[in-house]
Amino acid sequence: MKTPRLFKTCLLALTLLGGAAQASDPLSVEVGYLSYRPPTPPALSNILPEARDTGLRGAELGIADSNTTGRFLNQRYQLQNLRGEDPEALVQQAEALKRSGVRLFVADLPAPQLRALSQRLGPDTLIFNAGSADDALRREQCLANVLHTLPSRAMLSDALAQWLAARQWRDWLLIVGDQPEDRAFADALHRSAGRFGGRIVDEKAWSFDTDLRRTAQKEMPLFTQGSDYDVVLVADERGDFGEYVLYNSWFPRPVAGTQGLTPVAWHRVVEQWGAAQLQSRFETLAGRWMDSRDYAAWAAVRSIAEAVTQLGSADPEPVRDFLLSDRFQLAAFKGRKLSYRPWSGQLRQPIPLVHPRALVSQSPQEGILHPNTDLDSLGFDAPESQCAPLYAKGEER
Amino acid sequence: MKTLSRKAVLGLACVLMLAPAVQAEVAYVSNEKDDTLSVIDLNSLEVIETVDVGQRPRGITLSKDGKKLFICASDSDTVQVMDLASHRIIANLPSGEDPEQFALHPNNKLLYIANEDDALVTVVDVDNHEVLAQIDVGVEPEGMAVSPDGKWVVNTSETTSMLHWIDTATNELVDNTLVDQRPRHVEFSRDASTLWASAEIGGSVAVVDVATRKIVKKLTFEIRGVHPDKIQPVGVKLTSDGRYAFIALGPANHVAVVDAKTFEVLDYLLVGRRVWHLEFNSDESRLLTTNGVSGDVSVIDVADLKVIKSIKVGRYPWGLAVKS
Repeated sequence: MKTPRLFKTCLLALTLLGGAAQASDPLSVEVGYLSYRPPTPPALSNILPEARDTGLRGAELGIADSNTTGRFLNQRYQLQNLRGEDPEALVQQAEALKRSGVRLFVADLPAPQLRALSQRLGPDTLIFNAGSADDALRREQCLANVLHTLPSRAMLSDALAQWLAARQWRDWLLIVGDQPEDRAFADALHRSAGRFGGRIVDEKAWSFDTDLRRTAQKEMPLFTQGSDYDVVLVADERGDFGEYVLYNSWFPRPVAGTQGLTPVAWHRVVEQWGAAQLQSRFETLAGRWMDSRDYAAWAAVRSIAEAVTQLGSADPEPVRDFLLSDRFQLAAFKGRKLSYRPWSGQLRQPIPLVHPRALVSQSPQEGILHPNTDLDSLGFDAPESQCAPLYAKGEER
Repeated sequence: MKTLSRKAVLGLACVLMLAPAVQAEVAYVSNEKDDTLSVIDLNSLEVIETVDVGQRPRGITLSKDGKKLFICASDSDTVQVMDLASHRIIANLPSGEDPEQFALHPNNKLLYIANEDDALVTVVDVDNHEVLAQIDVGVEPEGMAVSPDGKWVVNTSETTSMLHWIDTATNELVDNTLVDQRPRHVEFSRDASTLWASAEIGGSVAVVDVATRKIVKKLTFEIRGVHPDKIQPVGVKLTSDGRYAFIALGPANHVAVVDAKTFEVLDYLLVGRRVWHLEFNSDESRLLTTNGVSGDVSVIDVADLKVIKSIKVGRYPWGLAVKS
């Protein structure tokens, strides 16, 4: 019976062919995304609330971008979104995700929760910090399994200070809010003043509890009276009173810092260097403007995908070593390639200085010199950070 | 010899009559932030006309017979067709959304358009204005080229960092070549054996063997006093004798001159600010550059390798096309 045999042979051949197709299963990369925001005290200036899905939508766009690329490379990226009101429950969910095989995480968490997550997930994971600008995480309280895509406060304040130096606005009046984050940003400004030749002529603590929406015109001029200054700098991260300093200072001076002219990782007004395309992809996805935390989460996912493309593997250790090496480069719509600082795991990046409707400048400023790259004039350079040993390559640790 | 012969007079009259009718060679420049084209007379090197077009004009290319100009009007989501005799827009092609760059097949019939926002390449029949195919490519498709033999269409996708090879016979994507970050532009050699691809953020130009679709050489650049991060290659043009490659280096404000055989960088020519795209005049004696930030066009003398003039055009000049 010749025919059945031929039939069987064909079947076998088909089975083998099918097997070969299965052998090239796509490389599947799952990324866990965690976000938690502690409740903030109510702010006076509560007119424009922040989007509730900030960060998450950036990560989603990063996944979508990476999947379009992954289609040609047989890679598939997926996001597991964990979100919670209770930080402990969130960490437990992350641990469960790790037990199911997820090793790469993007976290939009305050510093204490990020530290807890880093410790609980352990060294065989890689976490991208897209939520905390805390300077200590880049300087002395480093976490070996964490890379930072959000700029630190020191990077933001340095970016602003460089621009103030370029404008020769040297005398600063500093107004500081009563939250610990405000103090942290004010400290960063003090450090930047020392580095780039600013003089803080006076520092005032904002502790008034009047409703400035009604009385800013009366309170603020008196509050900002004193010796003359070139610029008022505001440290008010949650936006309690800072918006009311503009146009109400005793001397007719510009306002910068957390309000007025602000240093950011990202803003809608950034449109050069192909950024218009990223902005429009994001707006199509999220129906709103892309902000700094969206950008940090996007850059984290894109970093992962770039490493996976180059390495053909999504294991956290080689991914981390590759990202910290000089082989990694990320095109991220800021006019030059981005890379990670091998001593602190911080993503080097230019910092746009914006007001709500326009890009004013971008630091590092022209003329700032650095032996390695002028991007390292923003934030903590190698000698200022104690973290280098933690970030040494796997085999050197 | 006291009077000119009748024939000579007639001949002279004819020359006098015809001379003004001989069209000088002109260059069209798209001004991205002015929604206009500047028309430059290539004899006088002056702007002789400014023409209104659709919103955010970027890539422009001539029809093979030189009668029409195709214009990517990115924010109008169309490719406009301009009749060059009248400078009137005579058609809008269904281009897909946000067309940025395109390439015309040697058959003068098929236009391959990169749709930057949609990760697509759209194939349009320019005669009957029909969309023949849409091909999925990587994120932010930009650079486009058709091989001189008409077999290949190559598209670059900026965020995917790939060259996508499309077979023009089937309109199918058949291969991908991974290059450095943010590939912007591709250019085939005249014999269709090699393809040059610039990577803006990678700072390199890859020379790819068309037969194997593998990179055979990667060029990098170094200019004294310019930070390496600012060397961002975009436009590439090859002389048809195979001697030179010219590469626009973006915010480095220079055009690199490369020996196209040995791949040695011979010189860097200082042009205007943020130089992106390049085009030869018809005898390749001159090379024009669009300088976005300074809003001008630099003219390079190809024999001397010297910049001889800069011509003020509109805001953010982007694309170039030369009509002889």
